[in-house]
Amino acid sequence: MNFIEARKLVHEYIRRDEEGNVEGILAALDGVDLEVKAGEFVAILGHNGSGKSTLAKHLNVLLKASEGTLWVDGKDTLDNRYQWDIRKNAGMVFQNPDNQIIAGVVEEDVAFGPENIGVPTEEIWSRVEKSLKSVGMLKYREHSPNKLSGGQKQRVAIAGVMAMEPKCIVLDEPTAMLDPKGRREVLEAAGALNREKGITVILITHYMEEAVQADKVYVMDHGKIVMQGTPREIFSQVDRLKSYRLDVPQITLLAHELRREGLQIPEGILTKQELAEALCQLY
Amino acid sequence: MLRDITIGQYYPSDSILHQLDPRVKLMGTLVYVLSLFFFRGVSGFLAVTLGLAVLIRLSGVPVGYMVKGLKAIAVILILTGMFNLLLTPGEPLISFGAVKITEEGIKSAAFMVVRLTYLVLGSSVLTLTTTPNRLTDGLEKALRPLNRIGVPVHEISMIMSIALRFIPILVEETDKIMKAQLARGADFESGNLIKRAKSMVPLLVPLFVSAFRRANDLALAMEARCYNGGMGRTKMKPLKYERRDGAAYLLLALYFAGIIALRIWLKF
Repeated sequence: MNFIEARKLVHEYIRRDEEGNVEGILAALDGVDLEVKAGEFVAILGHNGSGKSTLAKHLNVLLKASEGTLWVDGKDTLDNRYQWDIRKNAGMVFQNPDNQIIAGVVEEDVAFGPENIGVPTEEIWSRVEKSLKSVGMLKYREHSPNKLSGGQKQRVAIAGVMAMEPKCIVLDEPTAMLDPKGRREVLEAAGALNREKGITVILITHYMEEAVQADKVYVMDHGKIVMQGTPREIFSQVDRLKSYRLDVPQITLLAHELRREGLQIPEGILTKQELAEALCQLY
Repeated sequence: MLRDITIGQYYPSDSILHQLDPRVKLMGTLVYVLSLFFFRGVSGFLAVTLGLAVLIRLSGVPVGYMVKGLKAIAVILILTGMFNLLLTPGEPLISFGAVKITEEGIKSAAFMVVRLTYLVLGSSVLTLTTTPNRLTDGLEKALRPLNRIGVPVHEISMIMSIALRFIPILVEETDKIMKAQLARGADFESGNLIKRAKSMVPLLVPLFVSAFRRANDLALAMEARCYNGGMGRTKMKPLKYERRDGAAYLLLALYFAGIIALRIWLKF
């Protein structure tokens, strides 16, 4: 079985007026099918309001589906008995770095998760050290999070999740509030966890460049998954992506425009290197 | 200006005060605050000053850094001083019409200002040398007996530690909103009291909205990290009394006994 498997997942937000009558129903998720294998790096792309964050919250049982089923690590998310098991195995990093750091010292914040799941004291220490090291923040262990940069705070948040030793980590727009340097730091940390520790990474984002390193990309629009495939397959369909109000990476766009002008370049170019090589082949 | 508040901020260091058990420090703060309202006369004042000086010295926190924290309460200090100075009845020393300054007034103003200053300095030693987590751990453990009569001790200490963590963030946010409103022509400085209070509305509304949003985010983040109340939690840094904690308790008792002795036997 896949690590994450969603079948016809529906989540409805019900808007009520002051008397509690239903005013309208918004389907944030509208029949989502999703399959993620253990150890994969998956990117979920979508414009604001496409339902991607709602989907992320389902993976951690912060929200429960109105209809359909979702299994995480072989456990049904609708079964209350598994709620804490699933949360432990599918950690989550949120958008705002300030609003997810609980303690006033980096190492104590990283320890928050393991403390909650009842890990013995000595093991908490070794886990904190290991996970801070894995995101390159070990030397800041005694600092106050308020004095760190956005990228550093997000890496601390990732370490906090890692200390619970999850099999999967869901990053819900972790870079939306960061500067380019912070974005790079966070993505590198997530990528390293995926490559070196075999952690399944699910990256929710609306920056196309961040999806390039993924094994698989899903594109969401209006609560539905509208495209899925490798980054190359997805980004070769520039016009279709634009119809979902998404931009392709600049290099891909350049290649696309050149191709439209009649140059013989393949679709779906993702990196500068590839474009350079494709251009050299022409002459 | 708002960033200067050092109350509730932790100052990382390795001093002996940093290593003490938070329960000792909580008790110490309590004793210290009591002693502030207990001492009388110059001798008592000197004893308390000595106590505070030793405390600050031991904490390893630069004095300048601590004094900066006083800026935040400067207004309260000045107001208290003024009220005490002008409104204490007694033999007038100087008088301008209806305004009389009495000897008692000068005395009580001086002592009140000293008390408040020392109160803030002394209690900021507690928060400067104790991480909020350890502080609330200490509270939680010290108050645990209250659990039996239904006081949610764990929840209270969790709320406190989160409040402490968010003070600097909200202060920064206030600063930001203030600047944003100033840039749009808001005026926080002029007018009478009522007008000024009214001018705070465009500051407070966005601040509250954002605080609620943060609270919501934080609750989600805590839940995502398996927070489920105090049951079955372990600690990264469990509290254990060491020998130095015993010694500190002893010193505290001596200090308090000394202050009481001074009050009883030395009248100046």
